Amino acid sequence: MLMGFSRAQAAALLVMLVIIAVAPMVAYPVFLMKVLCFALFACAFNLLIGYVGLLSFGHAAYFGMGAYASAYVAKAWGLSAELSILAGGLTGAALGLIFGLIAIRRQGIYFSMITLALAQMAYFFCTQVAFTGGEDGIQQVPRAAVFGLISMQNDMAIYWLVAVVFLAGFFLVHRIVHSPFGQVLKAIRENEPRAISLGYRVDDYKLIAFVLSTAIAGVAGGTKSLVFGIATLSDVTWQASGEVVLTTLLGGLGTIFGPVVGAVIVNTLEFYLSPFGSWVTVTQGVIFVACVMLFRRGVVGEIGAKLKVAL
Amino acid sequence: MLSILGYNVGPMLAQGVLGLINGAFYALLSLGLAVIFGLLNIINFAHGALYMIGAFVAWVLLNYLGIGYWPSLILVPILVGCFGMLIERVLISKLYKLDHLYGLLLTFGLALIMEGLMRNYFGSSGMPFAVPESLRGATRLGFMIMPTYRVWVVAASFVVCIGTWLVIEKTSIGATLRAATENPALVQAFGVNVPRLVTMTYGGGVALAAFAGVMAAPMYSVNPSMGSNVIIVVFAVVVIGGMGSILGSILTGFGLGLVEGFTKYLYPQGSGVVIFVLMVIVLLLRPAGLFGKAA
Repeated sequence: MLMGFSRAQAAALLVMLVIIAVAPMVAYPVFLMKVLCFALFACAFNLLIGYVGLLSFGHAAYFGMGAYASAYVAKAWGLSAELSILAGGLTGAALGLIFGLIAIRRQGIYFSMITLALAQMAYFFCTQVAFTGGEDGIQQVPRAAVFGLISMQNDMAIYWLVAVVFLAGFFLVHRIVHSPFGQVLKAIRENEPRAISLGYRVDDYKLIAFVLSTAIAGVAGGTKSLVFGIATLSDVTWQASGEVVLTTLLGGLGTIFGPVVGAVIVNTLEFYLSPFGSWVTVTQGVIFVACVMLFRRGVVGEIGAKLKVAL
Repeated sequence: MLSILGYNVGPMLAQGVLGLINGAFYALLSLGLAVIFGLLNIINFAHGALYMIGAFVAWVLLNYLGIGYWPSLILVPILVGCFGMLIERVLISKLYKLDHLYGLLLTFGLALIMEGLMRNYFGSSGMPFAVPESLRGATRLGFMIMPTYRVWVVAASFVVCIGTWLVIEKTSIGATLRAATENPALVQAFGVNVPRLVTMTYGGGVALAAFAGVMAAPMYSVNPSMGSNVIIVVFAVVVIGGMGSILGSILTGFGLGLVEGFTKYLYPQGSGVVIFVLMVIVLLLRPAGLFGKAA
């Protein structure tokens, strides 16, 4: 056991680290950064669905608002890269705290519908207020230097920043899941009334998990806005919320590496299908149906089941 | 012009009436969702897409086969309802033993497929659908000019909603349905074919959505995103009303349409979010919803 990783997981982790280090030599770094941002977003989402059993159907709100916040402070206040990303995370956390307090009042399917409706409210908010730039979004966000010193103008420089942010988030989620706190979360997922009867304040645990998840989603969104230099409404839409559900479901709910694998597959598909317009949507729908009907464990979950290890 | 507290009553009433029309659609759609949820225990995310499909089928029938609005009003719900039953038999019925979340994910995927396919074949700009001859024209009401078609929409959906309620509350098949909602295993033991009842119920809920789609076709342009635009609002309506009561979901649908209309007059920027704000308030004060039973 290394840091809570089993031997198989440690091997998979090593493979992932090597891929992250080698990939920019063979693939377009901007594409890889997009994958890493969405992978981090999916890891945050997976923390809720995979380990607490909460299906938040409006996670794009935290991702998109994080993107807006980072883009705004980087552009208007000229903050450095790490502070801008931090602002994205804090925005995600603050919004998650408010929405979480409301949403955890209902369970199951109602929770999903409420998070979706709240996210739609956030979307309307973004279309109305001035600082988001409405339909235009916040454009030409500067790639601020890290600590005001290390320039991020070069694609490779910012790639390493994104990789560090992703790995930090990835390890944080892993740490949370394998902490005593994470064990209580799993207990709530398995049997909520029993967790209550054991004396755990279930709602507090859910809320903390929710805020942690939305904070990481905000960080992912903020990082993305710095990479692409733009924050737009499309990151706040229900379609974006659906996409992170798809990513995690396809990779494997409740697996450590599932969201990452899912992000690679979904973004690659989108890249190759984008010339065909709405076929992207159709393909996503087909993948949803296929995952639910045929392999509910997702890609990583199925591989893990074949090899008889948890990945 | 009459005015109360500085607000002109005329324009306010006009917006209220327009809101009632939106409310008619909320009521039809949330009623279908509630009926399906009661028996199947899934949230039919494809409900908005099936409403959109209803509008498209009506458009196709008119433009390719020359079948007009009135036959479509009967024909389209039957066709789309059968399509819904097929979906239930082939896909949804395989998921009843699993966590309810999978039903939501499956129907979300189906909604994406339907919306994407329609966008591929018909484009996303939307197509006009003429108001039927007999419902053209408008009436002068003093405070507004009321198109006849809109009066028809409110009246027809009200009748259909009440009809559905009567079928569920007052007929023997409705009694079976309610019993199966309470305890499917026991009803099955009495010799009722519950799986078939479930299929019929899903078909019925879907037919209501398709009916709403046909009604919407002449008012809004027929376009692929019409379903996803409305379904999220309908989810909020369902959370506010609670899904325990059929009559409750009808009342909540019409009521929230009215509220939205008045908001459009009093505070236009807020009309897009007022239902969501109400949802938050209801959740804080009465988490089970206005008509819901506490869990």
